[in-house]
Amino acid sequence: MSHAVSTKRYEGLYGALVEFDTPEDLLDACDKAYAEGFRKMDAFAPMPVDGLAEAIGYKKNKVALCVLIGGITGMCFGFGLLQWISQVAYPLNVGGRPLNSWPAFIPITFECMILFSALTSMISMLAMNGLPRPYHALFNVPAFERASVDKFFLLIESQDPKFEPDQTVDFLKTLGGNEVNFVPE
Amino acid sequence: MDQIEKANVNNIHLPTEVIPDPGANIVLGHGLDYKTVTDRIGGIVVLPWKNSPKKWLVGAFISFCFVNLLMLAVYLLFTKGVGIWGLNIPVAWGFAIINFVWWIGIGHAGTLISAVLFLVKQDWRTSINRFSEAMTLFAVACAGMFPILHLGRPWLFYWLLPYPNSMWLWPQPRSPLEWDVFAVSTYGTVSLVFWYVGLLPDLASLRDTAPYLWQRKIYAILSLGWRGSAIHWHRYQKAYLLLAGLATPLVLSVHTIVSFDFAVSQLPGWHTTIFPPYFVAGAVYSGFAMVLTLVIPLRAWYNMRDLITLRTIEAAAKLMLGVGLIVAYGYGMEAFFAWYSGDKYESFMYWNRMTGPYGFMYWLLILCNIAIPQLLWSQKVRHNLGLVWTISIVINIGMWLERFEIVVTSLHRDFLPSSWGMYIPTKWDIATYAGTLGFFMLLIFLFVRALPSISIFEVREQVHHDLQHENKPAVEEHA
Repeated sequence: MSHAVSTKRYEGLYGALVEFDTPEDLLDACDKAYAEGFRKMDAFAPMPVDGLAEAIGYKKNKVALCVLIGGITGMCFGFGLLQWISQVAYPLNVGGRPLNSWPAFIPITFECMILFSALTSMISMLAMNGLPRPYHALFNVPAFERASVDKFFLLIESQDPKFEPDQTVDFLKTLGGNEVNFVPE
Repeated sequence: MDQIEKANVNNIHLPTEVIPDPGANIVLGHGLDYKTVTDRIGGIVVLPWKNSPKKWLVGAFISFCFVNLLMLAVYLLFTKGVGIWGLNIPVAWGFAIINFVWWIGIGHAGTLISAVLFLVKQDWRTSINRFSEAMTLFAVACAGMFPILHLGRPWLFYWLLPYPNSMWLWPQPRSPLEWDVFAVSTYGTVSLVFWYVGLLPDLASLRDTAPYLWQRKIYAILSLGWRGSAIHWHRYQKAYLLLAGLATPLVLSVHTIVSFDFAVSQLPGWHTTIFPPYFVAGAVYSGFAMVLTLVIPLRAWYNMRDLITLRTIEAAAKLMLGVGLIVAYGYGMEAFFAWYSGDKYESFMYWNRMTGPYGFMYWLLILCNIAIPQLLWSQKVRHNLGLVWTISIVINIGMWLERFEIVVTSLHRDFLPSSWGMYIPTKWDIATYAGTLGFFMLLIFLFVRALPSISIFEVREQVHHDLQHENKPAVEEHA
C-alpha cells in the first residue's frame, strides 16, 4: 500500500474486528454499528448472506451495467468484423449474391456478444472488488482464517471518523460476538 | 513447521465410518455444519494420499494408459495423415465428427445443470454443479481435438481464425464451419470463466484450511486474495447470475450451430429444420447420462452420500427421462417427415437407415435411447443406483450410435448410386476415440484430487437454509 504521506489517524492500525458464529448475529451487529454512526466498515462471511451488503450501507452494484456495455461492444465488434471482412478486406462475389449477407453473420455476432459480456462480468467483478490482491491487512489476524470456513466477522476501519481504538473495541464487545481483535497493518 | 502441519492435518475431520444415504426427500444429510462441509469436501483435496481410495490410483493409471494410446494415435496421424482413419469418399466425416458432436453434447448438461437450474432455483443442483461444470470443460477439450485432428494439416488450425496475415486471406463468415469455430471457442472460454468464478470462494477456503504451506501458497495464488467481504459477495452474486443468464442461451446456440454443420448442407437426412432443437435435446440427454455415470461412483468412493443425496440423483434421472422423450419425439418427427414430405431421396434415406447395412445400429439406438430409459418411470428403478448407473451408460452408448447414424448413413448412400460406399472405422479411429475417453477420465480423476468437486460455499448456504427451517415452528412455515 502506498501511504507515503500519511493521512491516517492511527498508524499501523487497520481497524477492529469482531467474530460471530451465525450470519444472523452478524446482520444484527451490522445494523447496530450502522445505527451507532460507523460508515467505514465491512462484513465477512464464508458464503453470501442476504442483506449483509445493504446492512453496511452498500447501495450501487455496477456489474450489470458493465456487462451490458461489454455485450454491446461484443455485438458491434462481431458484426463489424464480418462486415469488414466480407465487404472491405476480402469481398468474394459468389454468383452475384450480396456481399452484405447479414443473416449469415448473426451466429458469430451472437457468440461475440456472449463472449465479451461473460468476460466483462468476471473482469468487472474482480476489478471493482480490487482483486487479485494477495496481501491484505486482515490476513494478519490469525482468527480471520475462519472467515472462509465457519465464522462471520464485522470490521470497523480505523479510517472511520468515529473510530477511537478503545471505545470502538468496547462497543464491539457489547455486540455479543466471540472475540474482538485489532487488525495490525 | 512440521508440528503446525501435523496439527493442521488433525484439524480436518473426515468421517471414519460409511455414511448412509439420507433418502430422496432431502438435499443434504443431517448433522452438517459450516465446518464439517468444509472439511468433508476440502479434505478430499488437501489431505495426504492415504485418504484417497485405492480405486483412484487404479482408475487414474488406466486412464493414463489410454492417454498414451491417444498420443500414439495422434503421432501416427501427424506423420502419416488422415489415411490411417477409415475415411474416404463418400464418407469423409467419420469418427472425428461423430466424436466431436458426442463430446460437445456431453458438455452441455454441465452448463445446463449449473446455469439453467441455477436460474430456476433448483436446490439439488448445488451438490453436482461444480462437478458437471468440470465435466463440461473436459468434454469440450476432447471435442475440440477432433475437428483440429481432422484438418489434414492440423498445425495450420489458426487459419480458421480471422487475423491479419501476410496473404490477406480471411475466413468465409457465411460458412457454418466458421460459425462452429466461434461457437466452440466461446463455449470453452465461457465455461472456463463460469467454473473459475464459481471456484474462487472455495479456493479461498482451501487457502485457509490446507494443512501444508505449499498447498496454501498455491491456493492463495489461485484464490486471488478473496476475503469474503459482503460487498464483494454482492458483486460476485450479480456476476454469477449474469454468467448463468449468458451461459443459458450460449449452450443452446452452440449445439444449434453444431447442427447447422449438417442442416445447412443439401444432403437427405441432414437438410432438416428439426435439427437444432433435436440436437440440443440429444446433447442434454447424453450430458445428464454422463453426469450420472460419474457422480454415482464419486459419492460412493469418497463417502459423500449425505452431500450428493438420492434426491439429486433421482431428480437428474427424471430430467434425463424427460429430455429422452423429447429426443424420441425428434426421431419420430424425422421418420414422419421422411414419409410425409414425399421426397424420394428423403424417404429412401430413412428406409436405408432402418434396414440398410447400418440398420442394426439404428435399432440398437432405439433400444438404448428410447426403450431402456423408460424403466426410469418406476421409482424403484430410480432408487436402485446400480440400475440408474447402467441405464446412464446405455444412454451414453445410444447417443454415440445416434451421431454415428446421422453422420454415416446420410453420407454413404447419397443421390447417385454410383458414388455409394461403406465406412468402416480402422483401429486408429477407435484408438483415438478410446484415447480421448482416457484423457477425459484422467482429467476428472485429477480434478477430484486437486479442486473441491462440490461447491463448498453453496453447500454452506444450503446448510444455513436447512438450519433456519429447523428452527422455525411448523405452523409458521405454512402461514
